[in-house]
Amino acid sequence: MPEGKVVAMEINAKGMYYRDLNNILREKVAEGVTEFVLQGINGQRYLGTGLKGKVKIEVYGTPGNDLGAFMDGPEITVYGNGQDGIANTMNDGRIVVHGHAGDVLGYGMRGGELYIRDSVGYRVGIHMKEYKKQVPVIVVGGTAGAFFGEYMAGGILVVLGLNKKEGEPLTGDYLGTGMHGGAIYLRGEVEKDILGKEVAEFSLEEEDYRRLNPLLENYAKFYNIALEEIMAVPFKKLVPVSHRPYGKLYTY
Amino acid sequence: MANLIPPRFKVVIDYEKCRKCKRCVINCGFGVYSFSDRVIPDHKKCVSCQRCVAYCPEEAITIIENPNVFRPNSYWTMEERINIMKQASSSGMLLTGMGNDRPYKNYFDHLLIDACQVTNPSIDPLREPMELTTYLGSKPDAVKVKVEDGQIKLDTKIAPQIKLDTPIIFSPMSYGSISLNAHKALARAAKECGILMNTGEGGLHKDLYPYKDRIIVQVASGRFGVNQEYLDHSAVVEIKIGQGAKPGIGGHLPGEKVNREVSETRMIPEGTDALSPAPHHDIYSIEDLAQLIYALKEATNYEKPVSVKIAAVHNVAAIASGIARAGADIIYIDGFRGGTGAAPTIIRDHIGIPIELAIAAVDDRLRAEGIRNSVSIVAAGGFRHSGDVAKAIALGADAVAIGTAALIAMGCHVCQMCHTGNCSWGIATQRPELTQRLDPDWAAGQLINLIKSWSLELKEILGALGLNAIESLRGSRERLRGIGLTDTELAILGVKHAGR
Repeated sequence: MPEGKVVAMEINAKGMYYRDLNNILREKVAEGVTEFVLQGINGQRYLGTGLKGKVKIEVYGTPGNDLGAFMDGPEITVYGNGQDGIANTMNDGRIVVHGHAGDVLGYGMRGGELYIRDSVGYRVGIHMKEYKKQVPVIVVGGTAGAFFGEYMAGGILVVLGLNKKEGEPLTGDYLGTGMHGGAIYLRGEVEKDILGKEVAEFSLEEEDYRRLNPLLENYAKFYNIALEEIMAVPFKKLVPVSHRPYGKLYTY
Repeated sequence: MANLIPPRFKVVIDYEKCRKCKRCVINCGFGVYSFSDRVIPDHKKCVSCQRCVAYCPEEAITIIENPNVFRPNSYWTMEERINIMKQASSSGMLLTGMGNDRPYKNYFDHLLIDACQVTNPSIDPLREPMELTTYLGSKPDAVKVKVEDGQIKLDTKIAPQIKLDTPIIFSPMSYGSISLNAHKALARAAKECGILMNTGEGGLHKDLYPYKDRIIVQVASGRFGVNQEYLDHSAVVEIKIGQGAKPGIGGHLPGEKVNREVSETRMIPEGTDALSPAPHHDIYSIEDLAQLIYALKEATNYEKPVSVKIAAVHNVAAIASGIARAGADIIYIDGFRGGTGAAPTIIRDHIGIPIELAIAAVDDRLRAEGIRNSVSIVAAGGFRHSGDVAKAIALGADAVAIGTAALIAMGCHVCQMCHTGNCSWGIATQRPELTQRLDPDWAAGQLINLIKSWSLELKEILGALGLNAIESLRGSRERLRGIGLTDTELAILGVKHAGR
């Protein structure tokens, strides 16, 4: 396969067993196919799991749980909703969902980007980590459920609340509980009583905008929305008050 | 304010013998010794790890228990009183290293192994071949063969299997809880002995990559060091749910132990706490567990067995059944004598059940449900010698894992202070001046010798039983008898009382 040559492949996955589909993806990537269009996806789990390298996958339909788990590099765009466990322990790559998504997105994620156009369920961004240049990012266009960013140890979480109804909370309870690294950016306000005791709210500084702006520009571009509309509401930042929240727990 | 806590040990120095070489000063990781005109011990810092004793060229040092520091009382023991004093002065949880040391009943010592006599002769393992080879992994319900081009071929797809030359592997001990040299020794020994070492939940150091065929990598709730490369450098992938020393409790490596190399291996910034809570926050049911098992199988192309490690707890048989049905290839059960780098003392000493009862209960349940073949059982938690190993296998385990015994082989003196990170023997520490003391080649040699000795003894035990393969001993409880056990205990263990 000549270097840099784009090889595309379309697969109609209607009724296809997930293992067969993933096998085809793995084999074809090994053969040098770099772009896939998957039609008729309906609940197939583990799509793109453990896949490496510069591969683009367009998914039409609703993929099943654990989309892109342990993934290392590929870019997946979902034209439909996502389910649970997207980007589980993802190392690198990008997943863009044109719709809602379920629970436990980005668990232990340590690199790459996850964009969700609309809202997400519970326990999103839990145990997210960062290490050196690997800074994982999750951008949620709508609202998030409870335990958002719990035990977060690094990376960036963003909640925009774009489809938020009047009086609807931006996130559920226990926001940032046990958080000891990274930052959560919130477009709009949250009630103080939903915050985990390990975090505090701050205004954004220049450095924050430097990190946040490219992510918002991406969001605006992916979902065809004016950046000004996103920027019309001020942001707040949540960061942990201590890097050692449990440092004094024990006696020797 | 006077220090309420009296020294537990007393360092007795024979100054007539001492030639002031200061080796004790250098060797103590706990800073017991200072030197002015002569060696002066600070008794209250001593943990009786015996490093100074071993390295004193004049044999001038003796560590004794401090006599009568407390008025004797068999209910309010010295330990209980010291613990209360520590908590009264700190408001923290008591932390401890190593396994549960309370005098609970030890079932291994109440089980006796059968032997052949006249009519059913024993086998001489010195002359006859003895098979200790063990395969870990899910076995099919039945095997079909077909004839192709005149050759008989297997027609059943067998789940991935790991071949062990002897049914003993090393327990998970993370890099972080023990030193890199200790990890290297375990990996080398595992390769040499044809067994497995387990990285624990602390990631896999790149120096261990060449040993990937002999490594179990763990995926714990904190997902430390877990990425595709990590999964690729393993023979088995293990989901860590529980640990025998601390069932229901997570791991927590304090920030001060996360130095540059530990941080690189765990893929977290230096100096941050490495929190790995007990619950995987994406697993709240057997279905969720199944999802992670199959995510890992997908990520490793169904080429590696997936193990699920749990602590032995009251309902362990039902839990194991669920794990088997969730698609695990191996269930690793850790009993309440299992060791730890650090655990709250109160948890370690009072939670969980003995591994002997857990093995029997799980084996029974999986047999009754007709799914025993679908998983291998690895038992761990306080195996002290090959007799314990043989008894565990007779009770129903496929293989056993040893942690504390392996540490002792590498020089550990069970001072139970792993959690302080001051291990004078260079094992449970990350302090460079201490870790360099453990020569990985020497330590690997010690481990290899231990595994070889136990394997020889296992062959001898098999011979005495008239068996020539460890396979034949597995779950063969008729070859065990209980002694000094109640009817209930005998019923759970599934063994008759001695004399029957």
